[in-house]
Amino acid sequence: MLEAFLASTIAMATPILLAALGELIVERSGVLNIGIEGAMLAGAFFGLTATWFSGSLALGLLASCAAAVAFNALLAVLVVNLAVNQVVAGTAIDILALGLTGVFYRRFFGLTGSAFTITPMRTIALGPLARIPLIGTALFDQSALVYLAFALVPSIAFVISHTRYGLELRAAGERPEAADALGLGVYRLRWQALMIAGVLSGLAGAFLTLTYTNTFIEGISAGRGYVALSVVIVGRWNAWGVAAASLLFGAAMALQFGLQAVGTAVPYQFFLALPYVLTIVVLAFMGGQADAPSALGSPYLRS
Amino acid sequence: MNARIAAAARPLAALVLAAAIISLVLIALGASPVAVAADLWQGAFGNWLATTDTLVKATPLVFTGLAIAIAFQGSLWNIGADGQLIIGAMAAGALGTALGGWPHPLAIIAMLTAGAAGGASWGGLAGWLRARREVNEVISTIMLNFVAAQVLSWAVHGPLMEPSHALPQSVVIAPSAQLAFYFEPSRLNLGMTVALLFAVVCHLGLFHSAAGFELRALGRNRRASAFFGIPIRRLTVLAMALSGALAGLGGAVQVSAITHRLFETMSPGWGYEAIAVALVARLNPLAIVPAAIVFGALDNGSQAMQRADAVSPVLVNVIQGMVIMILIAFDAMATTGMRTALFGLAGDARPSADAVAGAGDA
Repeated sequence: MLEAFLASTIAMATPILLAALGELIVERSGVLNIGIEGAMLAGAFFGLTATWFSGSLALGLLASCAAAVAFNALLAVLVVNLAVNQVVAGTAIDILALGLTGVFYRRFFGLTGSAFTITPMRTIALGPLARIPLIGTALFDQSALVYLAFALVPSIAFVISHTRYGLELRAAGERPEAADALGLGVYRLRWQALMIAGVLSGLAGAFLTLTYTNTFIEGISAGRGYVALSVVIVGRWNAWGVAAASLLFGAAMALQFGLQAVGTAVPYQFFLALPYVLTIVVLAFMGGQADAPSALGSPYLRS
Repeated sequence: MNARIAAAARPLAALVLAAAIISLVLIALGASPVAVAADLWQGAFGNWLATTDTLVKATPLVFTGLAIAIAFQGSLWNIGADGQLIIGAMAAGALGTALGGWPHPLAIIAMLTAGAAGGASWGGLAGWLRARREVNEVISTIMLNFVAAQVLSWAVHGPLMEPSHALPQSVVIAPSAQLAFYFEPSRLNLGMTVALLFAVVCHLGLFHSAAGFELRALGRNRRASAFFGIPIRRLTVLAMALSGALAGLGGAVQVSAITHRLFETMSPGWGYEAIAVALVARLNPLAIVPAAIVFGALDNGSQAMQRADAVSPVLVNVIQGMVIMILIAFDAMATTGMRTALFGLAGDARPSADAVAGAGDA
């Protein structure tokens, strides 16, 4: 029971964490990427499609990242170079991704999708750790993407706080004019951040179709990208906080499986709505955007 | 004046360019763009019945488009018109079953009031969270969309489910609460008339009232608005509630005129599509009506396109996404000049609401 709950918490938290770590980097550079949901969805669809046609999971992962990076590049042209409104541009990316994946999916795989399945990524047991009672299989017999997601947390925390690149990134997000005056290249930093985030959202999408399930349904990302946006706020723009918040939301999403198994009188819609309600409640009590990068969301044009 | 004409022409140019790109996508899919365009047109305007149904499909888009326009004019990024429409539809659908003995006009007014109140509560909540708790309204409205969908699902599986429990849907609303069709078999109804009325009201409110002036000022410069004593918090809550009320009205009209009951999928994404509608209309309430008809025609024609060309109607989403992107890109290039926009340089960051309203041309 606890083991199953832990396992589904990890399964729910992983794509959110991957996407949120990318979003963290993007937001530290000063860009609010609402298009994260669309990039994740594109990653999920094109990764599965590539694996289905080629039979190779590696090619699938590559295609996931390439698709998400392509969407983020489109966003970068709009929000970095053209300095358009970031919310509107990101929403357009989401709508576009929903449409494109839907059109391709129905054209090539019909409406049933029953044949559109692959053999998902295998789990890798970490030796004796995986045999620890109760938590062993849930934590240490997982796919490589899970380990990668959690290994990235300290790495990204370190890069942002203790490296020159991290400093430049933060400068772009806090004082873009000053960063540009110092010759740091705000456009370059924001582009780089969006490319890194593209890879991570692609992997988040890949987790959905190549690991957690082995097929695609339209809109499979189901708001996880938007939850990742909230996770960055709840995690106070800090990799450790983002990891903790991802686990919290993962657990909230996993509750539906646990409590359905127990059998409860509470309608299942309550559990489906829980992560979203939780987001609003947590944000309402977190006391605003005080820790947010100062230039977050505001278009910057070099002058 | 030239700049204004250019600003009005850019949505058309964006539509044309989006059509060109989508033609390439269709060719890649092995479908003929010419056939798809012909079938879209046939489905939307092929005969009298199709044309009237285009207007019927445009009606919710007028309401949600107005909702977006009002919010965006104040730089309040309401992505939650979908949830607001759903809650409005729910309020109207629940009340409508209890209006049996009511005179028709009163029942209709009650339905619309319930829809507006439902939507206003959902939008106002996001406004309050923004004003009092500093919660980014983009996040809260998106989250509230998901919550609204689950609340509706629960309602039609639970308290509002029809007594036979055959399907997850509510009881049909009382006949007195149903809007009649003007010219059967066309489904044309009072809904579009009400929508037109609200477009005019929104236009007057936005451009010819003190509150509208304050909202637009808020949208262009929040800090300066505070300096000039505009009650920012109250205005934020009011504008979001009003925006939600308009979306909720759309839901109420849909229940009253078309579906007559509630089921799980009340909205095919009208709240998101409305963003494209509002931007194409340059956030101008009167221009929302023709813009909504364009997108309503695409929705309506997409059914015929699916039958004839085996292309999924979600192609409409591709069109919406592209039109939005191309349009905001055009606006950015027009404001700063293409070379400056692409390669840097140029003055200070443009104020937000102006940028999406296509104003502020050099």
